[in-house]
Amino acid sequence: MANLKTTERKTKAQSMGLHTEVLTGKTQQKFFNPDEAENFYYWGTYDVDFNKRIDLDVNDLDCKEANKKIDELMSQGYGTIVIKNPQGKHSLGVGVLNKLNLIFEGSLGYFGVGSIDGPTVRINGRVGWSCAENMMAGKVVIEKNAGSCFGAAVRGGDLICKGSVGARTGIDQKGGTIIVGGDAGAFTGFMMQRGRIIILGDVGINLGDSMYDGTIYVGGKIGSFGSDAIESPMTKSDVDWIKRKLKVAEIGENFDVSKMTKVVAGKKLWNYDALEPTEKKGAI
Amino acid sequence: MCGIAGLIHRGKSSDVGNELQLMLQALKHRGPDSTGYALYADNDGENFIMRFKVGENVGEGSTSVNEDDSVYDKRKELVDQMLKNLNATVVKEEKLTPYSYRYEMKYDQDLMEFSKKIESIESVEILSIGKSLELIKDLGDAQAVSKRYDLGKVKGTHGIGHARMATESGVDIKSAHPFWGYPFSDVSVVHNGQLTNYWNNRRVLENKGMRFMSECDSELIAVYLAEKMRNGASLEEGMKDSLSGLDGVFTYFVATKDSLGMAKDTMAAKPLVLYESDDLVAMGSEEIAIRSILPHEIETYDPFDGEVKVWQI
Repeated sequence: MANLKTTERKTKAQSMGLHTEVLTGKTQQKFFNPDEAENFYYWGTYDVDFNKRIDLDVNDLDCKEANKKIDELMSQGYGTIVIKNPQGKHSLGVGVLNKLNLIFEGSLGYFGVGSIDGPTVRINGRVGWSCAENMMAGKVVIEKNAGSCFGAAVRGGDLICKGSVGARTGIDQKGGTIIVGGDAGAFTGFMMQRGRIIILGDVGINLGDSMYDGTIYVGGKIGSFGSDAIESPMTKSDVDWIKRKLKVAEIGENFDVSKMTKVVAGKKLWNYDALEPTEKKGAI
Repeated sequence: MCGIAGLIHRGKSSDVGNELQLMLQALKHRGPDSTGYALYADNDGENFIMRFKVGENVGEGSTSVNEDDSVYDKRKELVDQMLKNLNATVVKEEKLTPYSYRYEMKYDQDLMEFSKKIESIESVEILSIGKSLELIKDLGDAQAVSKRYDLGKVKGTHGIGHARMATESGVDIKSAHPFWGYPFSDVSVVHNGQLTNYWNNRRVLENKGMRFMSECDSELIAVYLAEKMRNGASLEEGMKDSLSGLDGVFTYFVATKDSLGMAKDTMAAKPLVLYESDDLVAMGSEEIAIRSILPHEIETYDPFDGEVKVWQI
């Protein structure tokens, strides 16, 4: 990282991967002030070794203690951490901003592995509501079922559930890919703005309701289309891309991808592409 | 936000009091104001169990007041007199707190008329009547209420419970869950969510002779289902009908003497995690409720929107 104290204001912010722009008009939000960089702490940027492995039993820890312990282990160079006895606890594995192999031997409660940026996560049980919310990058694989709001506001990475998921999967999704091996509930892709969702099974009512942009592929039956969600023809590049993604996700080996239904935004409610660049940022 | 939990053992009875207490305690963060249990206990099935209160335990925002114990005692005497007038024979009576009682009694006539007469006494509310239903609710978390009413030793087949965070009405017993499905014996309901057509439905149901004891919107579900069943619908039919008849967001459980059911609104706005096996069904607002009684790895799932399920013991 560049020396923050000596570089110019704009360069400083850019070197931290942030932007200094102050939006005008309706949005007056200031994203980042580089003059405060001295007070800024980058959490969890450790050099870890994937071959250095450790088990962590969280049976007697609360989520804060468990997450702190994960951070400590990363700081000691552990690149593969196996969490034992998660017992459906909430907010486990949240905020890991590092490369890491994180394995949960059991199930998670709400907000599991939220706001992560980089790790590869495998969960051998199920997850509760809002799993991987706001994930920036990485890969999360869930072996069983997931609750509602699966992958809410995901911005990047691959989020894979081999079982079925609840309602509002990919709500407010801004990027990345969500793959579901089973069925999905109502309002899948609700208000999604970017990214792709692949559902191999059936979906409930109001699919893609009020979506701005992005694409949803459905393998099974659709309960109903939501407001402004429309069907679009599958192209060869769609088929090739889904096949590749499923192969990486290790599900749907014999699934006939060509018969999937592709759903996109009709853009009658909200034409996202017509926005000015600054307005787009406000929308996202 | 409230927490609900329920379980049913199929083909056997278990320590249902202790199990439900563990499940509800795990959900304490969802509702710290009051806790309620509807336990279906291994009673002899001959006598009616009536649980009633003659006063309130009052917390923040309640429209009721705490009163002197002598006032409660006087009301209890009036209840005893009314029971004599109704030809009900009290076999056993227990004073649980200064304001709540459990009576075992023999009675073989109309429960609606019976309840109306008993509740005509000022501040007296029947919490439940049933041959196996034991409905207990009070202020405090699951452990505190369980200890106060000695629920840890209750054995039975099934039960539902509720940890309440008071939102639309005050903190007191009358607004706490579960609600008895007046006037049906052994029917109880717990609910997580908000009902937006409460007043419309309440006016209609009151005109049909149904009674509301609180201003808690959740009571509507119990009364709504009771009214459907009074007109010949099965429990499952009533529950399916409620998906369109009740407006708002909800997940609710309803239990009868031999069954347990769940319903989820058509927007799936409220959480529910379900575990189903041949001999046990356990469900709760969060996975940790189920984990509190089943610590080993199990297969659980979220029911979809508009789903109604009923299990028999």
